[in-house]
Amino acid sequence: MSRIHVNTSVNGDALDFLCEPNETLLDALRNRLGLTGAKEGCGTGDCGACSVTLDGSLVCACLVLAAETEGREVGTVEGLADGDHLHPLQEKFLEHAALQCGVCTPGILVAAKALLDRNPDPDETEVRYWLAGNLCRCTGYDKIIRAVLDTAADLREA
Amino acid sequence: MSLDESSRRIFKIVGTRPVRPDGVDKVTGRALYGADMTAPGMLVGHILRSPHAHARIRSIDTAAAMAVDGVKAIVTAADFAAADDPDLQDILDNCMARGKALYDGHAIAAVAATTDKAARLALKLIAVDYDVLPHVTDVDDAMQPDAPVVQSGRAEENVPPGLSENVTTYVAFGHGDLEAGFARADKVIERQFRTAATHQGYIEPHACLATMGPDGKADLWCCTQGQYMVRNTCAALLGMDSSQLRVTASEIGGGFGGKTTVFIEPVALMLSKKSGRPVKIVMSRSEVFRATGPTISSSSDIKIGMTADGRITAGLARLRYQGGAFPCGTVSFGAQSAFAAYDLDAVATEGWSVMTNRPKEAAYRAPGAPMAIYAVESVVDELCQHFGLDPLDVRLKNAARKGTRSSYGPTFNEIGLMATLNAAKEHAHYSAPLGPNQGRGLSCGFWFNFGGDTCVSLNINADGTVGVTEGNPDIGGSRASIGMMAAEELGIPLDKVRTTVTDTNSLGYNDVTDGSRVTFAVGLATIKAARAAIDEMCRRAALIWGIDEDAVVWEDGAARPSGPNAGDFDPLSLADIAARSSETGGPIAGHHEVNADGAGVSFGVHLVDVEVDPELGSVKVLRYSIFQDAGKAVHPSYVEGQMQGGAVQGIGWALNEEYIYGDDGRLQNPGFLDYRVPVASDLPMIEPVILEIPNPGHPYGVRGVGETPIVPPLAAIANAVSRAAGVRLTELPMSPPRVLKAIKATSA
Repeated sequence: MSRIHVNTSVNGDALDFLCEPNETLLDALRNRLGLTGAKEGCGTGDCGACSVTLDGSLVCACLVLAAETEGREVGTVEGLADGDHLHPLQEKFLEHAALQCGVCTPGILVAAKALLDRNPDPDETEVRYWLAGNLCRCTGYDKIIRAVLDTAADLREA
Repeated sequence: MSLDESSRRIFKIVGTRPVRPDGVDKVTGRALYGADMTAPGMLVGHILRSPHAHARIRSIDTAAAMAVDGVKAIVTAADFAAADDPDLQDILDNCMARGKALYDGHAIAAVAATTDKAARLALKLIAVDYDVLPHVTDVDDAMQPDAPVVQSGRAEENVPPGLSENVTTYVAFGHGDLEAGFARADKVIERQFRTAATHQGYIEPHACLATMGPDGKADLWCCTQGQYMVRNTCAALLGMDSSQLRVTASEIGGGFGGKTTVFIEPVALMLSKKSGRPVKIVMSRSEVFRATGPTISSSSDIKIGMTADGRITAGLARLRYQGGAFPCGTVSFGAQSAFAAYDLDAVATEGWSVMTNRPKEAAYRAPGAPMAIYAVESVVDELCQHFGLDPLDVRLKNAARKGTRSSYGPTFNEIGLMATLNAAKEHAHYSAPLGPNQGRGLSCGFWFNFGGDTCVSLNINADGTVGVTEGNPDIGGSRASIGMMAAEELGIPLDKVRTTVTDTNSLGYNDVTDGSRVTFAVGLATIKAARAAIDEMCRRAALIWGIDEDAVVWEDGAARPSGPNAGDFDPLSLADIAARSSETGGPIAGHHEVNADGAGVSFGVHLVDVEVDPELGSVKVLRYSIFQDAGKAVHPSYVEGQMQGGAVQGIGWALNEEYIYGDDGRLQNPGFLDYRVPVASDLPMIEPVILEIPNPGHPYGVRGVGETPIVPPLAAIANAVSRAAGVRLTELPMSPPRVLKAIKATSA
């Protein structure tokens, strides 16, 4: 099998790479593009640690083939901050101590941003169900949910 | 090092909630975890695992695999020399099966190749000739004299006769006249309980990158709770001097005790040694479930007597724990902790440790305690129900306190159990109304806590900033708490301090991040190291002023003349002294090395409301409150985080999580889809209430907080379910089918 040449955009940067036909987007991001922010917690779409956006939609990068990103826009945790300005979600996660080990954090931040992009005023239940695909084993989710709700409140005021 | 008289002081930094120093790295994706490291020329390692629960390995033929293009090395148990120490040999045999595969998923061989594809192809071409043997995975079955024997000749001498060779350990604790105690009771209840094995469920699978050169020097990068443990273990297994193996701990994506041993690290080192190339191994989630970590599963008998006014007259616990295919000491912790919350005249606990064809048990947050305390707290609750007594009042009546002779021997010093019980009773949660099919449960929890070997080095930089070097991976905010204690002691702003978790060649030995020890022990050593640096800075100030060094005191981050010289000189700040360090004798540093004792036991009380759906058998957690003694909460947000996270792991254990084995002895649910950890939509907010009863063994009164929170949820939820559904479940998890079956059995 020959490799596939893929032209795509990651966090707004146009780039290209060669990948195996059966290679996941997660492996391409981590092993070919040096973007190790998305993590592999399961490889089966159950944990959400590899959450990224594809043309704005939230996906598990372990369930997307790298070749599928041809001509599309990929968003990862590395693209959340604007230069040296953290995204409000990143600020609130720090302020609320919404992370312990931090390995689920990139996926949860990407997922939470996708929620707030769709719905700037979610209630607690909506946040909990939206993030139900992102496992966190350290925090019990309490401070994560508070950080997301607090970010949403701040963004609505801004 | 005991509690300071000055600990009654007002803290300036300790007790505040600053942003953690590693926070930006962890919200931007910049933090590097186990699988995030690469090296030039790196090979990919994969491991072949047994598909059988129990099988003799007649032969392993690797010729065809070795012939695959790109394969550079293959390793089996034959590549490792026998270990001198039986515990080390068990670790080695768990990393690579020697003679027998002891459980489904046991490592048989490993391959390193230039590509992932080549390594996977090679695994398929390794021919293993198995002689499949009868297996046993249930703890009670494994104790029977005719059970398949997992390993022979492993039983300790005091194990009572008449049991299978699988029973390796027997322990007993207690005091007082049990028979007289039960005779004094107005009611004695005896029940049998079972709990399933659960997994720590850290989101980051085990990963490492090993590089060994022909000169015998090696470097290892891995996610672990203790780089020194990895170094010592791997060096011994590879016959290396420990100085020649430098281990660097990556950021760690959760551990909870499961990363306090090695699995892939010695294998990656051996593959690197044989291939002469760096080798990276990353486990899949299925490998994590099949071959690492689970906690013990248990079967237990509990007998407790109580008077009609709620005084416990006697308690007996018989605990049977299976710890997988190797001898396991965890039952001792269960037997010691079962009745720790109670002040009893007569108490006895016995424990048996049993081998089965399951993966080797690894520590999981308060190992051994949750299942023992679950069983005891369930029976105490049933006695309260029998007499119509308030379960909090009964705990208060019987609670261990300062001076109590504990059920496992020692007499308690200052402990916070009464304070946590009173806080729970006074909290609005305890008197809030409940609706139909709803119930409220509570349970006490306990953990011993640990101190252990610890080194800290603290350097005063010439620009007035401070570097703290410590050796324990930051698993949940410990860089923050260590840095805060350094800044507090030195009297400087927190942003002047940077705390680094270092590699094994840059600092002396540190025990693993376990036993809730880091904020306690590393904090203690940090404070001592800061005091050593302060002594030196006072000496330098005395030199500058030309006065006696005894006439200098350190206050608010500066040296000040005292006694007859008070007011003679302007204070010299840390930055002033640091700037002149070269002319006053050279760089200034402090360090401290200690085997820290005085960790101080930890108690907590959990209160939970649940609603049981009588038609589905599902249990919804409606409200959850935690009351725990933290001694002194250095960074309250991360103390709360430990309490909340531990509680939710306990909720998973109570309701959903279990290792399910088929008749073939294979694990049926090695993935997050079928092994269901709690998700955000399962839960309410978890309210933490921190109490601060200073630990006499720490200068600021700090007590470890990480493990106790996983202990109470099991019984608290079982007791709530019992009151909501009118049925007493005695097996965990209380999954919907089990709850439904219990409800139907009662109503039938």
